[in-house]
Amino acid sequence: MTSLLRAPFAAIGRGGRTLMVGLGQWGRMVWEAIVSLRDVDVWLGLTLRQMTRVGVDSVPIALFIAMFTGIVLALQASYTFTGAIPLYFVGVLVGKTMMLELGPVLTGLALSGRVGANISAELGTMRVTEQIDALETMAYPPVAYLVVPRVLAGIIMFPLVTALAIGVGIAAGWLTSLQLLDMSTYEFVYGLTLFFQPFDVTFAMVKTISFGFVVTSIGCFYGFRTRGGAEGVGRSTTQAVVVSSMVILVLDAFWAITLL
Amino acid sequence: MAIELRDVYKAFGSKEVLRGFSAEARDGETLVILGGSGSGKSVTLKHIVGLLEPDRGEVWVDGLRVDELDREGLFELRRNVGYVFQFAALFDSMTVAENVGMGLKRLTGVSKEDRLRRVEECLARVDMAGYGERLPAELSGGQKKRVGIARAIATEPRYILYDEPTTGLDPMTRAVIDELINRMKAELGVTGIVITHDMESAFRVADRFAMIHDGKQQFQGSPDEIRSSADPMVRAFIEGRPELIEEAE
Ligand SMILES: Nc1ncnc2c1ncn2[C@@H]1O[C@H](COP(=O)(O)OP(=O)(O)O)[C@@H](O)[C@H]1O
Ligand SMILES: [Mg+2]
Repeated sequence: MTSLLRAPFAAIGRGGRTLMVGLGQWGRMVWEAIVSLRDVDVWLGLTLRQMTRVGVDSVPIALFIAMFTGIVLALQASYTFTGAIPLYFVGVLVGKTMMLELGPVLTGLALSGRVGANISAELGTMRVTEQIDALETMAYPPVAYLVVPRVLAGIIMFPLVTALAIGVGIAAGWLTSLQLLDMSTYEFVYGLTLFFQPFDVTFAMVKTISFGFVVTSIGCFYGFRTRGGAEGVGRSTTQAVVVSSMVILVLDAFWAITLL
Repeated sequence: MAIELRDVYKAFGSKEVLRGFSAEARDGETLVILGGSGSGKSVTLKHIVGLLEPDRGEVWVDGLRVDELDREGLFELRRNVGYVFQFAALFDSMTVAENVGMGLKRLTGVSKEDRLRRVEECLARVDMAGYGERLPAELSGGQKKRVGIARAIATEPRYILYDEPTTGLDPMTRAVIDELINRMKAELGVTGIVITHDMESAFRVADRFAMIHDGKQQFQGSPDEIRSSADPMVRAFIEGRPELIEEAE
């Protein structure tokens, strides 16, 4: 009986310990990446290539998501307001939600699937086929060579991709308002700018930079610690996506609590 | 200068792989390490370049204690050590030539022309001339292995570690690789360690043998000594007759 009662707590304890150990190892890798910034000759050229991969290649999926989100936001706003609230509030809602919440978070989640999975699968394969060991034996520091370019690319490109997504989402909301809601451009733009504050941009920036950092560093982390062949690669890829998606949502709440 | 492992212990979790293993590759000689698969041969090699740290014991290369070197010291040491990985470990996003040139790029004072020339030379040495522009995915297992060897010798290291360099190759290529190992020793004075299961190759390249069993050194000695050894474990291995072990036990 006591063991039955104890079991869930033991499980929580184990989970907590695993979490703490994982956090510690991840922190060590991040610290090493920061120290590795001095190996400029190693990471500089590679970062440009990663920026193309992380950024340009992610644009289609990010814009696809943003476009449909914009359309739905506009329609749902007008449905909710049911004439009780002036229609230009559709502009307010589309603008604010895209900018503060859905643009950054949906793009972050999409990119954790796209970029995070890609990174952990690639580095995981390199780990199990001993390519990372090979780098080390040729005196290339693996963290400077593999982690730094990817994390920097994430930090730089996530905000750019998200900005594009926000733009497209708002444009989609605007077109929807014109075509389906019988609104004028004047009304939409009036709503869009009514409650706009420059801080909104800062807020979105902080979020997306942190998401870029989280997705890429977690992808690298799980890739690096991959063990056990193709199966191991599959496992770390899944873990990278699940964990970075969860961290994105937690961070999202964290920024809302601390910055708003 | 020599390579020496002294009483090395290494466990992964509860799995004790090395339990006081010792071996020595003398200056300018080739040491062949024998042992069953999973006995810790690759783990041993990784200790020599600091890819793994021993739980206990000492690893000496070039008069330096590898297990106590800092990052800079390790990178310095690794410039003098070529490592041939068991499954080649070629960078699959790079061409064959880029793979072979990777180590040279890290050395200062090697011009681009010199680098390209050395890459061609090394590829020719392993009979892979003309494959420079291919990607590793387009090569057979044996070809990858040969490129892996070309990559390890490109910087003309003073030490070369060969992890099963001939496993899975055809007899002709095996002979070519064995000769290459001997030539690296004769021409460049390389101190080498070769892991192999292939006794024919082993006797072609070995100056000395060490055998690992149960995480410890089962045997160390010259080719003549191993031929005349009465140890059933050694006999079973070199004659390929596992029943000898059971008879002994
Ligand atoms: N990084 C590692 N983590 C956990 N176990 C390992 C690791 N490297 C090797 N091992 C284990 O150590 C044992 C010896 O491996 P290895 O040296 O590769 O054998 P071999 O003699 O065939 O080269 C194996 O059981 C292997 O699973
Ligand atoms: Mg092995």
